[in-house]
Amino acid sequence: MTATLDSGTTRLADPTGSSANALARRRSLVTRIVTHICIVIGVLFSIFPFYWLLVMSTHNTAEIFGYPPKLWFGSDFATNIKNVVQSVALFRSLLNTFLVAASVAILVMFFDSLAAYAFGKYNFPAKNVLFTILLATFLVPGSLSLVPSFVLMSWLGWIGNFAALIVPGAANAFGIFLLRQFAQTSIPDELVESARVDGAGFFRTWWSIAVPMMRGGIAFLGIFTFIASWNDYVWPLIVLVDPKRLTLQVALSTLNSIYRTDYGMVMAGAVISVVPLIGIFIIGSRHFIANIAAGALKG
Amino acid sequence: MTITNPAVTPATVTQPATTGRKRPNPIKRFWPQYVSIAPFYVLFLVFGLFPLVFSIWLSFNDWDGMGSMNFVGLAQYRFLITDPRFWNAVGNTFIIWFISTIPMLFLALVIAFLLHQNIRFKGFYRVAFFLPNVTSMVAMAIVFGSVFSDSFGVINSALQALGAAQIPWLSSPWGIKVTIACMVIWRWTGYNSIIYLAGLQAISTELYESARVDGANGWNIFSRITVPMLRPVILFTVITSTIGGLSLFTEPQVLLGDSGGPGEAGMTIVLYQYNQAFTQFDFGYGSAIAWALFIIAVIFAIINWRLVSEREVGGQKVFKVRRQRKEVAE
Repeated sequence: MTATLDSGTTRLADPTGSSANALARRRSLVTRIVTHICIVIGVLFSIFPFYWLLVMSTHNTAEIFGYPPKLWFGSDFATNIKNVVQSVALFRSLLNTFLVAASVAILVMFFDSLAAYAFGKYNFPAKNVLFTILLATFLVPGSLSLVPSFVLMSWLGWIGNFAALIVPGAANAFGIFLLRQFAQTSIPDELVESARVDGAGFFRTWWSIAVPMMRGGIAFLGIFTFIASWNDYVWPLIVLVDPKRLTLQVALSTLNSIYRTDYGMVMAGAVISVVPLIGIFIIGSRHFIANIAAGALKG
Repeated sequence: MTITNPAVTPATVTQPATTGRKRPNPIKRFWPQYVSIAPFYVLFLVFGLFPLVFSIWLSFNDWDGMGSMNFVGLAQYRFLITDPRFWNAVGNTFIIWFISTIPMLFLALVIAFLLHQNIRFKGFYRVAFFLPNVTSMVAMAIVFGSVFSDSFGVINSALQALGAAQIPWLSSPWGIKVTIACMVIWRWTGYNSIIYLAGLQAISTELYESARVDGANGWNIFSRITVPMLRPVILFTVITSTIGGLSLFTEPQVLLGDSGGPGEAGMTIVLYQYNQAFTQFDFGYGSAIAWALFIIAVIFAIINWRLVSEREVGGQKVFKVRRQRKEVAE
């Protein structure tokens, strides 16, 4: 595994004759090619289900059930989409999902950046106790409270209501923890102090100094929350009971369980649920992946 | 976590806490800060802590969610201990967790090593490996259902073309578990390899060089430096995959339906909880299953914690050896 790196350091540490050098270089070329081949095989496994999804969404059911399987795109995508739209309120669900995910993301960015700024840049009584409590809430597993949360939502009259998806997730410990680190490292104290001397209060400095300085972290948190909310399944499945007011994942699962035999159509619905998100991810991918990794290392 | 606060926050910005404490009412002085952090705590009290406490109460009752609650004491738990369907779900969850986590973490480590080499297209490769992780699992469970389909799936078609026997992926107990494990592996290998890669990049090259100077070979470097330095990262991935594995739901539910497929071979603990609470409307038993899952998770956490403390001792040893070596090298 470390062969390429080895040959580099060997040359540094142990300068031998030029023939040995050439041998090392050729060996490093071979390892580089082998490395690429191994990675590409992995990438193919990773990409294949997406390819398969697209291929199947362009065929009708008879073609899908036939042998040998169709490996290339067909011509029935438009028909499949039309069938989906007639079976479930797909575009309505798409709009619902977008609105729910966007609302959660905006609320999380707002509340978490405020709290993170307060925790990261100010000292106030009971701060450490409160922050420890915040960290402790990480330990509460979500699947533990599906039943009581459902009962709570029914008391509030939120069953079938998107408020049940938006309100509980409007502020979270993960985002506050993450943004607090951004606040500590990227907001210069002098700037906050000079703004304070000029008469700016807490909220004023949050909006005009902290938010612009933490924007990388806030943007990541927004995309992360949006994706998580878009893909959320268990909780919407439980609280959304009105077939006219579903999110995409629940609509897709309903479509799958009712029309299990019409694969082409179900696949076309799946394409609609997957493609917008992949677009969003690829736009922010570089930043996104770096932040995921950094978060894991710190945590 | 809290140790950093005094150091990071200088007195100028903070209006030191001591003066705040001397004042009669710190809440008046720091109200904007308290207002800023309040939403999280309010939401947690209402939607986090209250349901948690309430579910303990629910698990001591017999309730269908509509009529009146009947207090039954420990009856739900007594039933749980002798319920073969529950233990089947526990067994399934563990088997799927085991056959998915080990290959997944191994593959992730291999991919991380490959990506750590100084190669081209690294950015593209990372996106390609991470893509499954941001994709809706509902859509992908449907795709996997068709790929692994007994009658028309591409895998069985390939087996048929090769002249091999077809495998009943979605109707045999092991086929179902392997299919679900494949979905988990597909979705999380890239995520874990990105984390390992970050861990590898955090190891300073000086360490490798000083080991080189001391005459260590490739295998020594790998086993004495790379693995011990990655240990905390590996532990993080083990913990996250354990939590994920214990709460497996979407994959079996979409692939096999609410009852976990033929013979309940794909029934997991969370799916069983959902099944009992929201298809049988047995809210009390559903809550009892949730708490049983919690106890299992705690046992796992203790095992993990034991492993950490043992490994930390090991890690320190390695660190000492390394320091001695460095001193010798200097």
